[in-house]
Amino acid sequence: MNDQEVVLDIRNLTVHYVLENETVEAVNDLSLQVAKGKTLGLVGETGAGKTTTALAILKLVPDPPGVIKGGSIKVGDKDILGLTKQQMEKIRGKDVSMIFQDPMTSLNPVFTVGEQIAESVLLHEHVSKTEAYEKARELLEMVGIPKFRASEYPHQFSGGMKQRVVIAIALACNPKFLIADEPTTALDVTIQAQVLELMKQLKEKYGTAMILITHDLGIVAEICDDVAVMYAGRIVEKGTLEEVFNRTCHPYTEGLFNSLPNIHRRHEDLVPIPGLMPDPTALPKGCSFAPRCSYVSAACLESQPDPREVSPTHTVRCKAYDTPGFRIMRGQHG
Amino acid sequence: MKQKILASRRYRKRSRFAEVWHRLIKNKGAVAGLFIIAMLALVAISVKYILDYDTQVIAQHISERLQKPSIHHLMGTDNFGRDIFFRLLYGARFSLSVGIVAVGIALTIGTTLGALAGYYGGATGEIIMRATDIFAAVPNLLMAIVIVTALGANTINLMIAVGVASVPQFVRVTRAAVLTVRTQEYVEAARAIGRNELAIIFFHILPNCLSPIIVMVTLRIASAIIAASSLSFLGIGVPPPTPEWGSMLSEGRRFLRGYSYITMFPGLAIMITVLAFNMVGDGLRDALDPKLKK
Repeated sequence: MNDQEVVLDIRNLTVHYVLENETVEAVNDLSLQVAKGKTLGLVGETGAGKTTTALAILKLVPDPPGVIKGGSIKVGDKDILGLTKQQMEKIRGKDVSMIFQDPMTSLNPVFTVGEQIAESVLLHEHVSKTEAYEKARELLEMVGIPKFRASEYPHQFSGGMKQRVVIAIALACNPKFLIADEPTTALDVTIQAQVLELMKQLKEKYGTAMILITHDLGIVAEICDDVAVMYAGRIVEKGTLEEVFNRTCHPYTEGLFNSLPNIHRRHEDLVPIPGLMPDPTALPKGCSFAPRCSYVSAACLESQPDPREVSPTHTVRCKAYDTPGFRIMRGQHG
Repeated sequence: MKQKILASRRYRKRSRFAEVWHRLIKNKGAVAGLFIIAMLALVAISVKYILDYDTQVIAQHISERLQKPSIHHLMGTDNFGRDIFFRLLYGARFSLSVGIVAVGIALTIGTTLGALAGYYGGATGEIIMRATDIFAAVPNLLMAIVIVTALGANTINLMIAVGVASVPQFVRVTRAAVLTVRTQEYVEAARAIGRNELAIIFFHILPNCLSPIIVMVTLRIASAIIAASSLSFLGIGVPPPTPEWGSMLSEGRRFLRGYSYITMFPGLAIMITVLAFNMVGDGLRDALDPKLKK
């Protein structure tokens, strides 16, 4: 990854939600990089801090109660956390844009879709209203919706079409970096496939780097180059798609794969990960996965594991690897 | 190409309006109300060219005082011999304009403050809302009396007084509506494309809060007319001899026993106008509510 241009560089990001009598430690000491034209899949269960990370990149963490406690985020050569509100407004939508989870609610019901796409163009490019509107119509066509529908309102569109509109808005100014926050969660499976296919095409066409937030490992396998697995605000395993899927190292990642149904072994029971994610207001002192981990040892409860390099691109946070020759079960099968 | 775009945009604007309009005219009460308001507006605008203010509206004819309604004086004359019908027609100018301008003032101040309070919350919201509470705690009419007394009694000050007195309602309605819209994902999406906050408040959030505000406007116009009339009735509104409906009521009350028509007609005029605005408000509320769409 080092030999390519890094578009997004997050180092030691820590985001907490400070409430009156407790603090939610949503993102802790998170580091990740995305190179130009690459797609990173950010995987984890609900509440792992995926969306908070995404919002932090746009500096949109709701404040209060959200506080970015430390770390740095660089998009290209700009240090996001040091920018003023006005500078930030110039970056949003232009350098970094975001696709939201629910297309049903992420479009404003009182404007036509054409106007909403044109708005982003108008904000960031020096064009007239008519030119912006014409560009909006072209963008619509690009995402597979006939131009003439630009004058229609969101409620006249189906869910999949709305998500295409949202994608068109996100891509309106050819951003360097795109954050897709569960872009297909609210859609049914056939539409999911269409939207993913569209995103894949557009990514190849424009070379946009992307973070894809999801909890669907199938989608990750489909379009991501790299994968980062999040658990309780930390990245527990990070590597290329091939490494994380086929040479899984972290017990949590293994748990995720084990809880997926396998089409070749239809009669087998699924193996869920026992227990629940720890309360983010009171994370354990040691490894936050330790209470649910089947490889747990006394050392795991003592202190946080440090990231360990398995290969130059593959890191894992797990103390079990301190024991020479340790292998998780899934790796042995595969 | 350019013309094509323009055409499609014009079509859209008409269609949105047409949709609400279509639903509004299905409501008989609203149509009746609209008709009355239209007639009143027509009268208010045209009366200036039909009647001569100095000779027909405010000139006193002692020989014709206190006449009963007849073919010469449709609604009779008052104690100065002025034709009540003419005065009523001319009074529509004052009553309607007081109502509309006062609500315009309340709307501008109220929605701005309400939107800011709703969007920012925190200290800003708290200060705005507590100030609003203080204002709302003083009875409307009393507030208006204080303002008129402080500024002096004339038509402009009456409008300001009645307007300021209904600001709290607009603040509350707008804030409540903004609170529900502000957490919508499209607001966050607007932020994510780099819109600044004020633009988000006024272009993205407020248009989504319009229906309660529009309804509030029609209802408040009715009460503003009543408030203006009440102030005139109390003698601190529009000064005589201006034919404002409330002051006509007030002047006539001394003759209530023998010549009740002097108060009855202005009273009816106020009642019908208020009723018309209320009916339109009611109809608009239904027409703007997408859940009632058939």
